Amino acid sequence: MAQEVLAALSGNIWKVSVEVGDKVEEDDEVFVVEALKMEIPVYAPCDGTISEIKVKKGDAVEEDDVLAVID
Amino acid sequence: MAIFEHMGVFAVTPGTVVMWLISLTLIYLAISKKYEPLLLLPIGFGILIANLPLTELMVPGEGLIWRFYHYGIEWEVIPPLIFLGLGALTDFGPLLSQPRLIFLGAAAQAGVYVTFFAATSFGFTLEEAATIGIIGGADGPTTIFLAAKLAPHLLGACAVAAYSYMALVPIIQPPIMRLLTTENERRIRMKKGRKIGAREKLFFPIAATVVIILLVPASAPLIAMFMLGNLFRESKVVDRLTDVAQNSLMNIVTIFLGISVGATMTAENFLRKDVLFIFFLGLVAFIIGTATGVILAKLMNLFTSNKINPLIGGAGVSAVPMAARVVQRLGVEADKKNNLLMFAMGPNIAGVIGTVIAAGIFLTLLK
Repeated sequence: MAQEVLAALSGNIWKVSVEVGDKVEEDDEVFVVEALKMEIPVYAPCDGTISEIKVKKGDAVEEDDVLAVID
Repeated sequence: MAIFEHMGVFAVTPGTVVMWLISLTLIYLAISKKYEPLLLLPIGFGILIANLPLTELMVPGEGLIWRFYHYGIEWEVIPPLIFLGLGALTDFGPLLSQPRLIFLGAAAQAGVYVTFFAATSFGFTLEEAATIGIIGGADGPTTIFLAAKLAPHLLGACAVAAYSYMALVPIIQPPIMRLLTTENERRIRMKKGRKIGAREKLFFPIAATVVIILLVPASAPLIAMFMLGNLFRESKVVDRLTDVAQNSLMNIVTIFLGISVGATMTAENFLRKDVLFIFFLGLVAFIIGTATGVILAKLMNLFTSNKINPLIGGAGVSAVPMAARVVQRLGVEADKKNNLLMFAMGPNIAGVIGTVIAAGIFLTLLK
């Protein structure tokens, strides 16, 4: 079942740590969001394979935006 | 032989040399440790030049730096302009979505008042004590604003204390916050507040201006400029003004603020017993402020099922956003997925407003 990776808070995408097709485990770092000069990791909500990445480095994101999809 | 009398080198005193060392220390901390470099660098240099003898830079009516100081600080121009920029940088969203967090920002002002009473009992005048107490808000421009009006002779010391403690927030606050909370409390994940619409954010600065200034008119210079900056931001129609307030204007006035504050710190003004005391009392104020914020958050948890992570109480002091960053760091330490940063911005911003109101109350009562 597909699960979405959501931004935990608003900020800018500082780093995309995975690529489409990568296997991830729950709690692996998937993105790093920068807010107020702090780098805050976003973790995978479940095990699976990254099937889609919706943002790139430097994008501004709002809280709860979908950043990627894990299958 | 007359030329020798006019050479500064023969007028150097041990006091001026000590001030040079202080100046070089601040410059060193600014550059190599990045402690508030935007302020401590010009302040450090200001101290150095103010303590080179016979320059007349600070001679009233004549000196260059005196003019910066007089028209910038004594005329109350620079601190309100900095507040304009801070307002343009502030997002009231986190505060509006959880208004109860305002109380944490208010609680942290306890440090200001406790220290005020402590300082009076140590023999400082009421005006001096108020200026020292406000250091506990860890808010540079507000401290300078109040000092210029109540105790100009303490301005340099109080400003340097305030900016030093702002820089030391990541070192001073964590042990206090850890001491007052349990591991489980630090793990509390907070429920998101409601989403705040653009219209609400637009009306807030106007409404807040009216309410706060009606209640505490003496806070008007800082509050009015702060809210104007915020109105620029939220109106979304004057991006150029928002940008200039946040960046160029703020940077320009910061230069004049820094060098003037530094230049008030001459040897005869600064090398006195009570200055050490001011640093000590300012630190106490800051510690008490942090502690009361955390304790109030714990008290509020007794009465609500929607638990507050007490760490965010520590963000009630107004060092924005350093205090909120500390909260985030400690939260992640306990639970790596616990993002408290935006929740902490609520009390943090309330703390700024709280410190300004505290300064306004002092002005009203003491002027």
